[in-house]
Amino acid sequence: MPDLLAARSQMALSLAFHIIFAMVGIAMPLLMVVAERRWRRTGDPVFLDLAKRWARGTAILFAVGAVSGTVLSFELGLLWPRFMAFAGPIIGMPFSLEGFAFFTEAIFLGIYLYGWDRVSPRAHLAAGVLVAVSGAASGVFVVIANAWMNTPTGFTLTEGRAVGVDPLAAMANPAALSQTIHMTLAAYAATGFAVAGIHAFLLRRDPGNAFHRRALTIALLVGAPAAVLQPLSGDLASRQVAVYQPAKLAAMEALFVTRAGAPLTVGGWPDMARRETRFGLEVPYGLSLLAFHDPRAEVRGLDSVPRDEWPNVPLVHLAFQVMVALGSYLAVVALWAGWLAWKRRDPAKHRALLTAITIATPFGFLASECGWMVTELGRQPWVITGVLKTADAVTPMPGLVVPFTLFTLLYCFLGVIVAWLLYRQIIRSPHA
Amino acid sequence: MSLADVLAGVIVVALNCYVLLGGADYGGGVWDLFASGARKGRQRELIAHAIGPVWEANHVWVILVVVLLFTCFPLAFARLGTTLHIPLTLLLVGVVLRGSAFTFRSYGGEGEQERHWGRVFAVASLVTPILLGVIVGAVASGGVHAPRTADQTFWSTYVQPWLTPFAFSVGLFALACFAFLAAVYLTVEARDDAVREDFRWRALVAGVLVFVTAAVALLFARIGAPRVWAGLLAAPWAIPLHLLTAAAAIGALTALWSRRWRAARIAAAAQVSLILWGWALAQFPYMIPPDLTIAAVAAPAVTLELVAGALGLGAVVLFPSLYYLFKIFKSAASAAS
Ligand code: HDD
Ligand code: HEM
Ligand code: HEM
Repeated sequence: MPDLLAARSQMALSLAFHIIFAMVGIAMPLLMVVAERRWRRTGDPVFLDLAKRWARGTAILFAVGAVSGTVLSFELGLLWPRFMAFAGPIIGMPFSLEGFAFFTEAIFLGIYLYGWDRVSPRAHLAAGVLVAVSGAASGVFVVIANAWMNTPTGFTLTEGRAVGVDPLAAMANPAALSQTIHMTLAAYAATGFAVAGIHAFLLRRDPGNAFHRRALTIALLVGAPAAVLQPLSGDLASRQVAVYQPAKLAAMEALFVTRAGAPLTVGGWPDMARRETRFGLEVPYGLSLLAFHDPRAEVRGLDSVPRDEWPNVPLVHLAFQVMVALGSYLAVVALWAGWLAWKRRDPAKHRALLTAITIATPFGFLASECGWMVTELGRQPWVITGVLKTADAVTPMPGLVVPFTLFTLLYCFLGVIVAWLLYRQIIRSPHA
Repeated sequence: MSLADVLAGVIVVALNCYVLLGGADYGGGVWDLFASGARKGRQRELIAHAIGPVWEANHVWVILVVVLLFTCFPLAFARLGTTLHIPLTLLLVGVVLRGSAFTFRSYGGEGEQERHWGRVFAVASLVTPILLGVIVGAVASGGVHAPRTADQTFWSTYVQPWLTPFAFSVGLFALACFAFLAAVYLTVEARDDAVREDFRWRALVAGVLVFVTAAVALLFARIGAPRVWAGLLAAPWAIPLHLLTAAAAIGALTALWSRRWRAARIAAAAQVSLILWGWALAQFPYMIPPDLTIAAVAAPAVTLELVAGALGLGAVVLFPSLYYLFKIFKSAASAAS
């Protein structure tokens, strides 16, 4: 395996692994806080049980998130020293702020998990709220850094060196707003639906179970609104990509030729040799409408980009289609559940809905992994769009296949253990 | 003193906090491995109880070190990541295994499984501090130089800088320091006298090992790290620093001997911190000897100013929160509960 490929694979593996735990770390505290607050208000012990059980699961996932995040921050130097030497001063700022968010999160999570009978009820709930807020903040900061890689600002490039560095302008890059909104919503949608899916599955077997009914309600309360908003924020993201990252948009949509009034291709397989997308369903004017909100707008195709600067079109296109498909499914299920709740019908008694939610269990996480493939693969061959190529950023260290193999084994091992531990938490669920 | 020097100092402060807090968590793992005698189970319980609520917060200090390093001194970060790729990767494996094994043990299983995870946690706690020390030792030795283009081989570029007797002697020294800190802290946190005595003995033994490993490291420093050696002997601050360190070390051991636990904790922390600062001062103004000075690797002034501002604001949030955390879980009242 060539070193560059090994480095990219190791980075992708580490991020794809970490992001799952990070998303849980953002959203789970919110679920716990809602459950705890319900308990304080109603005195119903089922809510307390729920909050405590969720807290146990979160403790496991949070620890894996913390260690895998540590790996990432070192890997930036281990794998991409030249990228960091260039980007550190420009984009280190959000990472430094993220550091403080981590501190707040870790401190108050310790208090939340171990402090049930050490601090006052109010202080305990407040600790939970702080964990939820700082978790979301740390996600926002790191995504700002990623958005800068996509649409770099805050410096001028002179003979390969960055001059006139302005870290605040770098943080205010064009992709920052749409990406942070989309990512934060993704965390709530994915985690909310994963939790809802598990409890919906158990409810189908044991319909009267009060524990699972309450869990389902809270999880949907967090996950469903986010899932409904997600396509809207995705639209915001697409329009940003259309303006600032035309090569990525062309790859996402498998659009080979620049044209006005471009159609939207649903599905299909980009045939790289013939430079056309086959077997797709074309919606006339769809792409121009979506990307620029104007049916006649011109959309740049891959022909506007030199061939050696194309990303991997089939992969990016496929990943994008899968994300949108999964996102649409989640949004529809969320609307359905909302409709039933509005009609005052109990979603927990609606078997078809429970089945639909059960199917959706992994969808949010899958959509997020696909979204990151779109973002990262779609940026290739650049690590910083238009500024630094990935191939020029990689470490000179040879034999990178060895650490890649090592971390692959380590993460597979951890993944299996975590899955098994969570499974045990769930099968021991109460039969109230 | 420039802003870059100040920020380099902040990095040392963060490293110091990591050593005093995170280091003691590693030391706790070491004592978990060496738990023995009739009160084996109770020793392990005390360690888990002491580490549980605080390890994640203690761990963030190392992340702060990394983040500040790559933001303020990007070239130093790039050099470290390149030349010390191998020990850093091994360190990460240790960090991952230790953190997750500790959590899996607390939340996962009972009996057989708990024992397995306990073993992983303890072994990782033993190995990781050695690697941390090796990395510091490699930097101090001046071996982390720019890759030479002429006679460059894999061995000379990626292995030789850290595979030295000096670096490994610093590794063992770090391990001894962490174990010492942990044992001293545990005497304060123990809830019954028998277990407290167990850790008193362990602290005394570890204290002696700190002396021995320090002497060995110093011996190797003469050839292995000439700059540090010269700094530690010749600089004007050297003698006062040595005297202070020695006073702290003797203070810690006598306080342990006479069972003044809190005094021992303060003296032990002071001793280890002074050693760390001795290293930092000895290689000042170099960040990575022999060629990278703090000024040469510093980021542009705007970046440094913004980071300094963020640090100021962050500290206002951080220190009260940390105080609150430690007050809840480390005060005498909670130890009694
Ligand atoms: C629950 C997860 C989830 C769901 C349902 C969706 N997405 Fe997404 N998407 C993500 C999770 C995600 C992500 C993982 O969070 C990404 C990766 C980078 C980012 O900021 O968000 C992302 C990236 C991303 C990008 C690339 C942004 C960039 O590279 O700058 C676009 C254009 C979209 N999404 C568009 C959509 C659309 C039109 C959706 C309609 C249903 C959609 N996403 C659903
Ligand atoms: C967590 C979600 C993320 C995933 C799943 C992800 C995925 C990937 C993938 C697939 C690659 C390899 C690129 C390739 O193979 O062509 C990559 C590279 C990289 N990513 Fe991301 N990424 C994520 C977020 C981030 C964030 C938040 C950053 C922040 C700085 C980042 C920084 C990098 C860097 C430095 C590289 C190496 C250079 C490159 O190939 O572009 N990524 N990532
Ligand atoms: C978009 C991608 C990412 C998101 C949303 C994200 C978010 C988070 C969150 C919420 C946590 C808290 C721990 C948890 O909840 O499990 C966390 C942990 C961590 N992340 Fe990430 N992260 C991302 C990518 C990265 C990258 C690229 C880095 C490397 C620079 C990184 C470094 C860390 C570190 C060091 C921790 C441990 C903090 C601790 O000990 O509490 N993360 N991340």
